[in-house]
Amino acid sequence: MQSNQTETLLQVEHLKKYFPVGKNFFGKRQVLKAVDDVSFSIARGETLGMVGESGCGKTTVGRTIIRLYNATGGKVIFRGKNIFDLNKKEIKPIRRKMQMIFQDPYASLNPRMTVGDIVGEPLDIYGLAKGRERRERVNYLLEMVGLNKEHASRFPHEFSGGQRQRIGIARALAVEPEFIVCDEPISALDVSIQAQVINMMEELQEEMGLTYLFIAHDLSMVKHISDRIAVMYLGRLVELAEGNELYNRPLHPYTQALLSAVPIPDPVIEEKRQRIILEGDVPSPLNPPGGCNFRTRCTRAVAVCGEESPELREIDGGHWVACHLI
Amino acid sequence: MHFSAEMFRPLPREKKSTQEIVRPSTTYWQDAWRRLKKNPLAMAGLAFIIFLLLLATFGPMISPYSYSDQNLLNTFKGPSTKHWFGTDNLGRDVFTRVLYGARISLSIGIVASLVNFVIGVIYGGVAGYVGGKVDNVMMRIVDILYGIPFLLWVILLMVVIGPGLINIYIVLGVVYWLPMARIVRGQILSLKEQEYVLAAKTIGSSSRRILLRHLIPNTMGPIIVTMTLAIPEAIFTEAFLSFIGLGVSAPMASWGTLASEALSSLKSHPYLLFFPAAAICLTLFAFNFLGDGLRDALDPRMRK
Repeated sequence: MQSNQTETLLQVEHLKKYFPVGKNFFGKRQVLKAVDDVSFSIARGETLGMVGESGCGKTTVGRTIIRLYNATGGKVIFRGKNIFDLNKKEIKPIRRKMQMIFQDPYASLNPRMTVGDIVGEPLDIYGLAKGRERRERVNYLLEMVGLNKEHASRFPHEFSGGQRQRIGIARALAVEPEFIVCDEPISALDVSIQAQVINMMEELQEEMGLTYLFIAHDLSMVKHISDRIAVMYLGRLVELAEGNELYNRPLHPYTQALLSAVPIPDPVIEEKRQRIILEGDVPSPLNPPGGCNFRTRCTRAVAVCGEESPELREIDGGHWVACHLI
Repeated sequence: MHFSAEMFRPLPREKKSTQEIVRPSTTYWQDAWRRLKKNPLAMAGLAFIIFLLLLATFGPMISPYSYSDQNLLNTFKGPSTKHWFGTDNLGRDVFTRVLYGARISLSIGIVASLVNFVIGVIYGGVAGYVGGKVDNVMMRIVDILYGIPFLLWVILLMVVIGPGLINIYIVLGVVYWLPMARIVRGQILSLKEQEYVLAAKTIGSSSRRILLRHLIPNTMGPIIVTMTLAIPEAIFTEAFLSFIGLGVSAPMASWGTLASEALSSLKSHPYLLFFPAAAICLTLFAFNFLGDGLRDALDPRMRK
């Protein structure tokens, strides 16, 4: 599925997103560094997987890229324009090209709107279709995601989780986007449904030439769908590499620990699998450790790790890692 | 045991089948109506309100007497077949006057709910949705207005702008939207972080559209409950103002003025107080029962 084109569709440069969280006990203003200096790019037609523990900033990256949040610093360049420089009017055509599939199919559909209205709303906003044409377009979209046109008059609560996620996908596809942020689109679904939805997303990608940023914490699923994978820890990218490369030769100690936790569906190999168990908990993003923010749990940490934060460097052929020891 | 690839054979991919939904589609409102129907008190309240509305609209038209026709030869007559509720000190038919009072009370109710709906919902919606400093300033204004006791407010305003039906409407308009604004703001604050609101932003909805199509429809339950419970309060305020002489002026009759006039002859002709007082009580009961029933029917937390 690797695209031959190498045209960069989206470039993220030093993206920062800090949330003010009010004052602490001593009256000092606190800032939560959800995303701290993240840079990567996505080529047209590619799927970039993004993994990391809960609370590491994956979702914030996704939401900031489509400008649901304004960034604290950095740039997101989409089709040659930094989206944070655009005003309300200028962002509207860009919004059409960037869509999002949400994590929770039970919360992402308005319970008071029919499925037809949910899927048709983007058409109304951009004035793409009216009357009969709108109805036909909605039916077409529903069929594209494996539902049928009778479902258009139903309300979201009448559908199962998988079906609701399909409705969310149909809504995202209504404006013919080029780039879709998939924010853990399958983590709320039953395992038996996950594969169906993933397969459908892959088919749609092929049909429509979509580019995905696929955020998840299910490592095997990410490996299956992604061309390249980025690993995040505490608001920073620690490693970025082509999928197989990352799985076969993880360089960052965090990635190694993460991958060692993936069970292998073969009892013989599984028996020999050795887990790297990390000590302690993820430090609070309100008060991250200085230097490399993984050093508090890293088994190989040395003096330099406490002094400066490692930069993401290219080791070889598109394998990037942020660690002083490599 | 070792599994090799040869042991498996791919199943032909079946055509995407989609399940049909057999159950008839029920909307939120149909569900709520079904639950409301199970509540006898609320249904009795609703029936009484409809009955009162019909009576207030058509009653004075059918009645052979007018609310202001005096008949000085026929004063202080007790209830009879000719005058169902008797006649007052000027020989006016009390039944017609109570019906006329119902018109005024219900119109007050309608004004109160309109004010609630228009000013309260929009004010609270904007404060909740925009948030931040705007919210702070808007809600502090509400807090200040709220801090002054309600009746004091109303009486002060009535003293300044003078008594009269139109002035009662104005006074209600100034103060009656406060609780609604608070409730709507609270609801919007919690709803605006929902993913479907983010989804609406992602597809490029304007703030106006998000507020009107996504947030307010999802707040309709609490809005309607608050409205139904604000109506009896407004009706009672009008009755109270009329009772202390700040309401509608003679010869117009509201339930409050009828009760006030009846006081002077309370010992000799108690029925004059009984009928308007009963009308006030029954109406307030009806609205409160309906409001409680609607709260149970519309509140999703009560859903089974």
